Amino acid sequence: MTSIISLSAAELSEKLASREVSSEEATKAHLERIEAVEGSINAFLHVNDEALAAAKQIDERRAAGEQLHELAGVPIAIKDVLTTKGMPSTSGSRMLEGWVPPYDATVVARLKQAGLIALGKTNMDEFAMGSSTEHSAFGPTKNPWDLNRIPGGSGGGSAAAVAALEAPIALGSDTGGSIRQPAAVTGTVGVKPTYGGVSRYGAIALASSLDQVGPVSRTVLDAALVHDVIGGHDPHDATSLEREWPSFAAAAREGADGADLTGVRFGVVKELDADGISADVQARFKDAVAVIEAAGGEVTEISAPSFKYAVAAYYLILPAEASSNLARFDSVRYGLRVEEPGQTVEQVMAASREAGFGPEVKRRIILGTYALSAGYYDAYYGSAQKVRTLIQRDLEEAFQKVDVLISPAAPTTAFKLGEKIDDPLAMYVNDITTIPANLAGTPGMSIPMGLGADGLPTGLQLMAPMFEDERLYRFGAAIESRLNGGWAGPLALQNSRLEALSDGGAR
Amino acid sequence: MKDKLMDFDKALELFDPVLGFEVHVELNTRTKMFSASPNPANPEFEDAAPNTLITPLDLGLPGSMPVPNRAAVRSAISLGLALGCEIAESSRFARKNYYYPDLPKNYQISQFDEPIAFDGSVQIELSDGRLIDIPIERAHIEEDAGKLTHVGGSTGRIQGAEYSMVDYNRAGVPLVEIVTRTIVGAGVDAPEYAKAYVATIRDIVRGLGISEAKMERGNLRCDANISLMPKGSTTFGTRTETKNVNSLRSAERAIRYEIQRQAQILADGGTIKQETRHWHEDTGRTSAGRPKSDADDYRYFPEPDMLPLTPARELVEELRAQLPEQPVARRRRLKEEWGFTDLEFQDIANGGLVDTVEQTIAAGATPASARKWWTGELSRVANERGVDASTLVSAEHVAELTKLIDEGTLNDRLAREALAGVIEGEGSPSEVVDKRELAVVSDDGALIAAVDEALAAQPDVLQKIRDGKVQAAGAVIGAVMKAMRGQADAGRVREIVLARASN
Repeated sequence: MTSIISLSAAELSEKLASREVSSEEATKAHLERIEAVEGSINAFLHVNDEALAAAKQIDERRAAGEQLHELAGVPIAIKDVLTTKGMPSTSGSRMLEGWVPPYDATVVARLKQAGLIALGKTNMDEFAMGSSTEHSAFGPTKNPWDLNRIPGGSGGGSAAAVAALEAPIALGSDTGGSIRQPAAVTGTVGVKPTYGGVSRYGAIALASSLDQVGPVSRTVLDAALVHDVIGGHDPHDATSLEREWPSFAAAAREGADGADLTGVRFGVVKELDADGISADVQARFKDAVAVIEAAGGEVTEISAPSFKYAVAAYYLILPAEASSNLARFDSVRYGLRVEEPGQTVEQVMAASREAGFGPEVKRRIILGTYALSAGYYDAYYGSAQKVRTLIQRDLEEAFQKVDVLISPAAPTTAFKLGEKIDDPLAMYVNDITTIPANLAGTPGMSIPMGLGADGLPTGLQLMAPMFEDERLYRFGAAIESRLNGGWAGPLALQNSRLEALSDGGAR
Repeated sequence: MKDKLMDFDKALELFDPVLGFEVHVELNTRTKMFSASPNPANPEFEDAAPNTLITPLDLGLPGSMPVPNRAAVRSAISLGLALGCEIAESSRFARKNYYYPDLPKNYQISQFDEPIAFDGSVQIELSDGRLIDIPIERAHIEEDAGKLTHVGGSTGRIQGAEYSMVDYNRAGVPLVEIVTRTIVGAGVDAPEYAKAYVATIRDIVRGLGISEAKMERGNLRCDANISLMPKGSTTFGTRTETKNVNSLRSAERAIRYEIQRQAQILADGGTIKQETRHWHEDTGRTSAGRPKSDADDYRYFPEPDMLPLTPARELVEELRAQLPEQPVARRRRLKEEWGFTDLEFQDIANGGLVDTVEQTIAAGATPASARKWWTGELSRVANERGVDASTLVSAEHVAELTKLIDEGTLNDRLAREALAGVIEGEGSPSEVVDKRELAVVSDDGALIAAVDEALAAQPDVLQKIRDGKVQAAGAVIGAVMKAMRGQADAGRVREIVLARASN
């Protein structure tokens, strides 16, 4: 496909700048694509009916000679976890069905400021709890590579939208892998920035100490371009880092140029290359290591012994924080209200929460409430925080020896819809590769690593030290460049089903 | 149901009261503790209409985030220092989780195991001049909740109400909660401890300028913990926590009431329930609130939306250097400087007039005359009108008034009239003197004529004076003053009467 919708954001922005394509045309093309494929994908919960008007405005400003941002006029999809003024923001929950926030998340405001065009809001597991989008209150999103399979989660909507060419780029949020794991199973790129690198203001909180907003795209450069727009200090987020960040787009361009990795030290995390990683994924990972070595990279094995406690610690910290963050959904000020005459406020709160939350959300609220209870706090939340410190130390030690850590981004290719829905533990373990970076606050990226024997995408994860997001873009772009050489362009465009999606899918 | 009360003195013969206070101070910063909303505890915004001082955070909207208010943190550090506390090198916010419709996030951001200030002590002064050290356990920062108004039902309480309304203006108002350690040994002075302690905290925060400290507006709120133990015992009894104590007098009365109530229950062989009690100013009683157990589980955990507070030591020292004098020390110094007796100073202090008198003296009045006017005529008028004396006129005007008296322009009676004019807003004392033509007549010619006329009218009195019965002059002086409509210096009139009579 060589139409507008198959262009990367970087390619599209060049055509916009040269006026070869207008933003209105680009936006219209994507809206038409959405219209055509949504019946089979279900990536969007809301499509922005003001997108075309916004695009026209950008075209007018460009025609008037105004100096615009590089990405001005490029359409983008926004995960429904982010508040958008004038557009519903549900976080995938019945609880917030129809709720229209009076304010924009900082990242959304920055997109608007740069002139990007919001196409709409993407589907997700309810309140970002899940790895498959099957926990969305509004039905699952399907994987564009196989409509019987999950697109990953919680940000399956954003990943599927980008993979299905409904949007060139998207925003996601990553608490335990919700950007990187969907990227891995849909053949797209996803980045979880350093904690504090991107504002969380307006991101409906799941677990505040783990959540991070980041880019979703089909190329490393596109992710970098988005990161450059949304990143940087925000006075509305007290955990936002006050530091100057380098241009990630420049790093990606430099990395791709020549794709030379001579002298760069890569560490393969022993604990993430073992049990539970499918043969398909292991095979592609070996190929990726070979490609890195061929580019001059030095690959050694690194042990991070505390990683084996990561999933357990994560499933204490996350529910604990979530149980508190989700307490505000009580029907008093906004959101779903279920009441009968004569009921007390407590009864109305309880009935509304009973009706408004899905089973996974309830499961985690109960888990977290228990973990924080007097007498259990030290054993659960306290111990989990100690594990967190150990993981940070493991990573600090590892980064004394290597520049970047690599691992598979997800242990398997996309599993089937319904396969793990009744087995929460199997679902939780699926995030084993991505969780350590959230616990440590360090940045991580998933890039396409090729297809498994089942014809489904696999993902390569890169992890860098705190604040060193630049390394991900530089080295990620180099590896991407070498790998893409093998399959002629972004992996997402190699999906043979792309054409058929508009016919309701090739089931 | 009316509680049975034991006689107070008898109760104190049988039991030793054990006290503890939690005082909440609303800071008067321009914005709230964690949001950019205007703060209704700042006088500029205190009369805002309900639900107009709100941001997404104050409504607990999804995605909103707290950002600590630096000015409020500075105020809290200053207060901690004024309470003699250590200031933590690193302190943390924590979430206190509980569901209530006035709590927008269903958790309150407070501080738990790492408060900003801890281990202090504050000196209070009892009415007989005894100084008592009250140990301070901690002072921590937190946010206030919104305000519920219960409609329908008779009590204004949530029980029996038809519906309730919430005003989120107060949600997020910066608070510092000051917690004392357990206070033993107060004995019969327990009620006075409460009053003096709350008054001292009020004076400290006013001195720092960090709170309006108006108890009637809830800027300063006291929860009083009290338990009794049998005389001679060292084992604490079960405590109650009395809330809604909104004046100094309430603090005193509520403690007194709880001692009497608990003593009667214990003497009857009953047990005290650990519970919250509400003080009712109108009936002078406390009533049971909700049971409170030590096992209340708020599931505290460190607030993940904010980093620890690590105030620079330089800032702490800078704030320490700016601390005003401690209230008790200041009062002792002023009493000395002004040469007042204990009783005279107590008069001023109890009327809340120390600052006002100090300003009046600074504006030129003598301590004696400043005290006289503020505790006399002005307090009388204030009492009649049910307002604070300091709101009637300015210190500068009182100083000017005393100057006019000292110069002989006004006598006491004229001065009271001039003051009435100032209170009515007719201008400064001099302006009122001009407008109302109040000045003492100092023209001897007019006085001599009036005296001669009075003497001529009372020849018998003239004879008595000439016979050496000088006290008889009073009748003539009275007649002259009457003729001059009071606008004469009585001393001068007397001199003239005696001089003219001996001619």
